[in-house]
Amino acid sequence: MLLIRCPYCEEERPELEFAGAGEAHIARPANMSDISDEDFEAFFFIRENQKGIVFERWRHIHGCGRFFNAARHSVSDKFIVTYKAGEPKPELTDEQIAAVAGATGKSGK
Amino acid sequence: MAKAPKVARAHPLAGRQFAGNGVTLAPVDIASRVSLRAEAGALADIGKLLGFALPTRPKTSAAKGRRTALWLGPDEWLITDATNQRLAATLAKAEPAGCSVVDIAHRNTAIEVSGPNAAAALNAGCPQDLRAAAFAVGAASRTVLAKAEIVLLRTGEDAFRVECWRSFADYVWTYLVDAAKSA
Ligand SMILES: [Zn+2]
Repeated sequence: MLLIRCPYCEEERPELEFAGAGEAHIARPANMSDISDEDFEAFFFIRENQKGIVFERWRHIHGCGRFFNAARHSVSDKFIVTYKAGEPKPELTDEQIAAVAGATGKSGK
Repeated sequence: MAKAPKVARAHPLAGRQFAGNGVTLAPVDIASRVSLRAEAGALADIGKLLGFALPTRPKTSAAKGRRTALWLGPDEWLITDATNQRLAATLAKAEPAGCSVVDIAHRNTAIEVSGPNAAAALNAGCPQDLRAAAFAVGAASRTVLAKAEIVLLRTGEDAFRVECWRSFADYVWTYLVDAAKSA
């Protein structure tokens, strides 16, 4: 089982308490009715879908209920860091990335 | 105007009991329960009405007499009062200060799980670390028990209270009996 650190509960909790909620840091346009179809498509449908480091929204749905963000590796499934909603994308160090890029999903952390 | 029908309040687990394998299960009596969402600015007012300060650290609770407040999230608490007083009406006086008080007395029910194998029985379906170092007496958390969402409160070294939705009560009870039998 993955252990995921909730930044609001300030500890690692079992993955069964969480739900993934897609890519993070997608700003909803303030002028929704004015934007072009192409811009709407880019906002609404187009996702990075990176192989490697991804930034995701998660919700501690069966815990504190809060949405938060996580940096994770999409190949190894390992989490690098989680942070509160509204906080900027964290700068990741080479060491942090190397630590999760290796063999797939063993410890899950 | 039509007269409102009188509805008797039945306990969903009335008459059930289990003891064996170091685990005792007992339905908790009907109690007052409130779901509270509150801004930081309302906490002082709520504390006055409640009689004690709300817990503000994750996974903690606070209690006085038979009234308990459980931290569920950064602005969310479950408050119970076993004396079955009109808790919601009392706390609603703080609403102008920035909070929402919802009476959920009829939504939830609770089961007391006690005995030396209580934690083991819960861990059959609850993935949290229930060792005393991680989940001390007084610790409280929303979590899961198998397929049901529960709120778990440790009331003693070997005693827990499992709050669940009334409609999940039969499932949670049956699951815990099975878990206790193999604890
Ligand atoms: Zn949380």
